[in-house]
Amino acid sequence: MNIFQPKTEADVAQVIRETNQGLSIFGGGTRGVCERGGNSLETTGLSGIIDYQPGALTMIAQAGTPLKEIVETLGQEGQQLPFEPMDSHAMLDLTGSATIGGAFAANISGPRRIQVGAARDFLLGVRFVDGSGNILKSGGSVMKNVTGYDLVKLLAGSHGTLGVIIQVAFKVLPVAETQSTLILEGLDDEAAIDALTTAMNSPFDVSGAAHAPSKNQTYLRLEGFNKSVLYRTEKLQAYLKKFGEAQVVNASQSESLWTKIRNVDIFADKDADIWRLSVKPTDAPKIVSAVGFKQHLYDWSGGLIWGTLPKGSNPRSALSEFGGHATRVRGQSGSIPKFQPQSPLVADLSEKIRNKFDPRGILNAGLMG
Amino acid sequence: MEMPAPNQNVLKRKPELVKRLLSVLPRDAVIDHEAETKAYECDALSAYRCPPIAAVLPRTTEETAAILKICNEMQVPVVPRGSGTSLSGGALPTADSVILGVARMNAVLEINYPDRYIKVQSGRTNLSVTGAVEADGFFYAPDPSSQLACAIAGNIAMNSGGAHCLKYGVTSNNLLGVKFVTMQGDIIEIGGPHLDAEGLDLLGLICGSEGQLGIVTEATLRILPKPEGARPVLIGFDNNETAGACVADIVKAGILPVAIEFMDSPCIKATEAFAGAGYPFCEALLIVEVEGSQAEIDEQLEKITAIARKHDPVELREAKDEDQATRIWLGRKSAFGAMGQLNDYMCLDGTIPVTQLPYVLRRMNELSEEFGLKVGNVFHAGDGNLHPLILYDANKPGDLETCEAFGAEILKLCVEVGGCLTGEHGVGIEKRDLMPVQFQPEDLEAQMQIKDVFDPQWLLNPAKVFPLDSSAERRNASRSLS
Ligand SMILES: Cc1cc2nc3c(=O)[nH]c(=O)nc-3n(C[C@H](O)[C@H](O)[C@H](O)COP(=O)(O)OP(=O)(O)OC[C@H]3O[C@@H](n4cnc5c(N)ncnc54)[C@H](O)[C@@H]3O)c2cc1C
Repeated sequence: MNIFQPKTEADVAQVIRETNQGLSIFGGGTRGVCERGGNSLETTGLSGIIDYQPGALTMIAQAGTPLKEIVETLGQEGQQLPFEPMDSHAMLDLTGSATIGGAFAANISGPRRIQVGAARDFLLGVRFVDGSGNILKSGGSVMKNVTGYDLVKLLAGSHGTLGVIIQVAFKVLPVAETQSTLILEGLDDEAAIDALTTAMNSPFDVSGAAHAPSKNQTYLRLEGFNKSVLYRTEKLQAYLKKFGEAQVVNASQSESLWTKIRNVDIFADKDADIWRLSVKPTDAPKIVSAVGFKQHLYDWSGGLIWGTLPKGSNPRSALSEFGGHATRVRGQSGSIPKFQPQSPLVADLSEKIRNKFDPRGILNAGLMG
Repeated sequence: MEMPAPNQNVLKRKPELVKRLLSVLPRDAVIDHEAETKAYECDALSAYRCPPIAAVLPRTTEETAAILKICNEMQVPVVPRGSGTSLSGGALPTADSVILGVARMNAVLEINYPDRYIKVQSGRTNLSVTGAVEADGFFYAPDPSSQLACAIAGNIAMNSGGAHCLKYGVTSNNLLGVKFVTMQGDIIEIGGPHLDAEGLDLLGLICGSEGQLGIVTEATLRILPKPEGARPVLIGFDNNETAGACVADIVKAGILPVAIEFMDSPCIKATEAFAGAGYPFCEALLIVEVEGSQAEIDEQLEKITAIARKHDPVELREAKDEDQATRIWLGRKSAFGAMGQLNDYMCLDGTIPVTQLPYVLRRMNELSEEFGLKVGNVFHAGDGNLHPLILYDANKPGDLETCEAFGAEILKLCVEVGGCLTGEHGVGIEKRDLMPVQFQPEDLEAQMQIKDVFDPQWLLNPAKVFPLDSSAERRNASRSLS
């Protein structure tokens, strides 16, 4: 068992060129994507912010830079990662320090996904080493770029199967002056999703829409300048009258509330498998009752379901009549793949793309199909 | 601009090709007479023209698949076409190609407000997507200036943007799913009403692939509730540097305007002469638009004007009502037309880091002197997407070539300062041979590998995006040429 911790991109290329065995690719190892124990390559040695232009809302960093360092540096300028990647330590019972490269490689997006987009929408450029040891780049560091194929999006969410990301350029946004959260109490799942989708249909620019059945609470977040948030909070309260009187919590309560939602820290049962389903919001309650989760949580206006199931269960058959996809984020099962199997034609295209980028099949082989 | 010589073998087999196309399509969907194919000889990069061997206008995905199967078997190149408004020659045919136009597939298939999406056939025009949901208070955000004419198909192929993408993103950020036909005639669905299609992000890859990976026949698009209102402010400066600094300060202050548009003095003068919008004569002009309720708009404009004042503007004009707002936008919206009155023009589309704005504008004016051609700038400043308009005289021998050489220098400049060759118009034929300025050979090879996967014979829009010499081997490899 070898653990490689290259410090430069040339080292990464060399490790890949010289290996003749499979490699598991790790950033901070906090996302539970790969199992420890085999040969691995860790990007944590490639660390540091390379360029930050607050006036242009762009940053360039080495892939192994701790997410924490990125967030703190942005915070000093009143800016943030708009897609608010979750911290999955606690949920997955893992140690380590999440990296910016890992967040993009796994396309980790939090509650604000429904308002501003996913991690992949903020990634402007990548440098990566493919499975043959070529150092390649795609995209750049500017906000609008359609020069050539968008390999940037292809690499985002490729979970290390196409190449080892060594550098990322991304767009950031200012942190809002303030925020507030409206909380509705006592809605069942159907009514809660109705309330969330109703709010998303309002012009009040909701930046978070979640429902926690275990707490019987439904949450809607508004962010922006003080006066604006005040105004929209009142408007949205009135708009949602038919779902009950929404209670409003202040900025600091709102912030800690959404940190909890983002990090999905409600799952007490450490033995269960954790699944993450991306679905059409209005289908969500039906899917939940068809699957029969032990515990569950809705984010993204219902479009994201987090749920726990007994070890070795598979929610996918319940999903098939609705569409959408399911990913197991915690737990192992030899026979049930982590990622949703794709239709034969799409699987074939994906397989061929992987073969081009990693002809020897050494990068996280078998992880995505 | 060089295009590959047509494959004589294909030209010879035209009768057989037409016959086979007619076996899967109604007569009115196959256009093969020379007088009629001429209608498809160019897109909005009209300096380049070449009628195709035939044009086909399918009404369904299945017809599309049948056409592609035939062309794949007969090794006939296929050039996809939406509305033909591409500014980079993306829909330019070669003499041996079939134009596959999706214009007749323009139906709305589904509208779902709670889940905020609309599903349309890809030939539907951009503006009529919004048109389908507007009465219910919704809109489709990406708004290229060509939105009255351009099709969703072209928007997806070019990953088009628009004035409002500073806030709402470009096409790829608003595209949820596609139905897509490969050159082999396989029908594939990727994504849908749920977020983040599973597996590798093929949706992200297809968006912006300039019609080289397959034909998009249907699209699921994000729709959004309309904001309560919107209002612009106009700010004039006596130099470009200050205007550039003001843009950076607005962005940094945490205000997210929906649009920040920039015009330089040649453009201001031309627009004033043409549209009489009442713009001040100054070196640089910004139009900043914000959205929300009246109170929210007031709050944001207050912050913006406070920032602007710190930069000593020569003019600061807040729209007080709808009429004043229209007047502020009037000049911007007629800018291209105004420049067109002065002469023929070529519209470029590089992106630069916003911080490099003053340097790039200064250098562009120096180049303008060197090449002896005038250039005006009107562009999306918030995201650094430049649209230099170079004026030339199409009837003057050599002027187009000088103009292209000047354009190439400007785009190289964009790359040099850390930007890119194209922000929203695509590479097409126009920037094809400049790709090595931005990419190493191995980077281009990685992209071409993707095309190998989707279209192993390189029949879909083959002579675009990649430098001709770098793609030659692939384009000729499996082709029988006689
Ligand atoms: C006056 C004017 C203003 C413009 N303003 C803007 C602007 O603000 N922002 C911007 O981004 N662009 C702008 N454009 C450029 C152009 O309108 C866009 O690129 C538009 O998306 C092209 O759409 P279309 O339907 O006309 O596509 P076409 O020109 O027909 O084709 C464009 C490309 O798409 C491919 N294609 C077409 N249909 C399909 C399909 N079904 N499947 C796969 N590939 C396909 C074609 O092969 C070609 O490569 C402007 C153009 C003009 C003339």
